[in-house]
Amino acid sequence: MALLEIRNLSKVYQRDSQMITVFEGIDLDIEAGEFLVLMGPSGSGKTTLLNLVAGLDKPTAGTISVGAAEVTEMSPRQLAAWRSRHVGFIFQLYNLLPVLTAYQNVELPLLLTHLSKSERREHVMTVLEVVGLSDRADHYPRQLSGGEEQRVAIARAVVSDPTVILADEPTGDLDAKSADEVLTLMQRLNGEFNKTILLVTHDQRAAERGHAVMHLDKGVLTG
Amino acid sequence: MKYARLVWVNMTRNKRRTVLTTLSVAAALFLFVSLRSVNTTLADAREVGSESRMVTRHAISIVFYLPESYYQWLVTVPGVRSVSWADWFNGIYRDPRDFFPNFAVEAESYLAMYPEMVIPEDQKRAFLDERTAALVGSGLMERFGWTLGQAIQLRSPIWAPDREWPFTIRAVYTPTNPSFGDALFFFHYDYLYEGTSRRAQPGWYVLEIEDPALAAAVAETIDEHYRNSQAATKTETERAFQTGIVTMYGNVGFLMNAIGLAVFFAILLLAANTMMMAARERTSEVAVLKTLGYSDRLLFALVLAEAASITLIGGLLGVFGAKLAFEGTGFQGLGLLPNFQVKWATATAGMAIALCLGLASGIVPAWQAARLPVAETLRRVG
Ligand SMILES: Nc1ncnc2c1ncn2[C@@H]1O[C@H](COP(=O)(O)OP(=O)(O)OP(=O)(O)O)[C@@H](O)[C@H]1O
Ligand SMILES: [Mg+2]
Repeated sequence: MALLEIRNLSKVYQRDSQMITVFEGIDLDIEAGEFLVLMGPSGSGKTTLLNLVAGLDKPTAGTISVGAAEVTEMSPRQLAAWRSRHVGFIFQLYNLLPVLTAYQNVELPLLLTHLSKSERREHVMTVLEVVGLSDRADHYPRQLSGGEEQRVAIARAVVSDPTVILADEPTGDLDAKSADEVLTLMQRLNGEFNKTILLVTHDQRAAERGHAVMHLDKGVLTG
Repeated sequence: MKYARLVWVNMTRNKRRTVLTTLSVAAALFLFVSLRSVNTTLADAREVGSESRMVTRHAISIVFYLPESYYQWLVTVPGVRSVSWADWFNGIYRDPRDFFPNFAVEAESYLAMYPEMVIPEDQKRAFLDERTAALVGSGLMERFGWTLGQAIQLRSPIWAPDREWPFTIRAVYTPTNPSFGDALFFFHYDYLYEGTSRRAQPGWYVLEIEDPALAAAVAETIDEHYRNSQAATKTETERAFQTGIVTMYGNVGFLMNAIGLAVFFAILLLAANTMMMAARERTSEVAVLKTLGYSDRLLFALVLAEAASITLIGGLLGVFGAKLAFEGTGFQGLGLLPNFQVKWATATAGMAIALCLGLASGIVPAWQAARLPVAETLRRVG
């Protein structure tokens, strides 16, 4: 059984009387330790798919399971708790809290755990070390470059040791060099730390970093 | 408490807005505590009024005088043990801002009726023996730095306004009950009488009765007797008399309460608006926190905690600002509010109001944060 199983997934938006079918009857398996890249034209539903996997949105039909968790069956409260332990989200625009330092941003998911302050500190400093920013712990997002911000965001996504990492165009807003660093980092997370990654991108070079590439177009997913 | 920093950074994000809101809450609660303390102080003062003393005044209003001749008959009323009288002198010392209550009284009988005033025996004698002597509360002595034997002058706009009235302080009293007030000033009615070319008349009579149970009968007898005379009377227990005065303030109090309520709602709207703006500015951050696994319930609590922190800090400033301001300066409302104090019950009520303000102003944005649809919000902001 795959770590992530998507079965017969459909998402239809209703805008006024108009029905917008983003995709219908999608099946997808992702094994543990996989680094899967998802590509597709704008508006094809990639973000929608990630949101569904993370339980941030409800599908019109179909099921999603991650490990033992039936994502599509859980209540909002269960979803929040599950998300905090099993999902690491990375956004195109980093989405760090501007009023918190890099350290405090990375600590955010750990506040939801029972870890003590010193344990949290240990975890945060470890991941900041992994992303190569331990010397920037006390810097605020506005004091960091885009690439650094994204690395902080990655640290925040992995600090609670999630089951899957969902990344939505994480290099979309970065220059080539920063993008390269971020992608190398994601490869390391996958290779060294055995993280399962689902990466959405428009960027062909980014796609080359994954184990496999899938395309989503006109509601159809192809390998 | 690990979320405290999150609440704090959000509060201090727009410092000016938070400070302004906090200060308006502080001002509102300062006002509330002050008004409420006026009421509780007046209520205490009323309690000082004795049930065995009665006051006979002009039926129409306390501002009208009663004939001196009434004394002769009042002492004969069954149940009345002794009779004294007094006048509101309205004397001004130096400047109207130096106001304190001062009365001309029929001293010998008056002092006998008011054991609440403790006066050293020799001073009492000295006061009674001298026509221009004054009896002064210890707090008033302190306020003006007066000493025993000192000569002072008052002017009275209602009694012979064109002259100064010289007095010599011959006695100082301390009240047995602080609510009686230690800032009153008494002198001899005879001095007033002569100083006004014998035009002065008693403002009210004070009667000591043998038994509080007789109060109703005594009042009935007296008021009936004067019903058709040149000056009809109204007789009531001193406590009821004081209640009347307090009720007079009370109407003012009602007005002030109404103003207070209006201010309260204005502040509530202000605080609510602040929270709305604050929350609206960070919808995307709320959405991000949700992607990290922050539950709706937690986000609800965080927003509410932020609102409550602002109003509670404002409350602390307002409530304890008032307590320190009044008690630190020994405020007595120019002697009209003896023993003025901000009671703990009032302070607690103030803080409870601050908390309610916080919850009321935070509930809508908290609810919105909890309900925020993550996927759509993230899409909207990028
Ligand atoms: N709340 C919504 N209501 C109606 N339509 C929606 C809603 N959210 C998304 N859509 C539509 O669903 C489709 C898929 O959107 P989605 O954001 O998943 O695409 P995407 O593949 O991530 O695009 P991009 O590459 O531009 O990020 C789009 O046509 C979009 O307009
Ligand atoms: Mg997208």
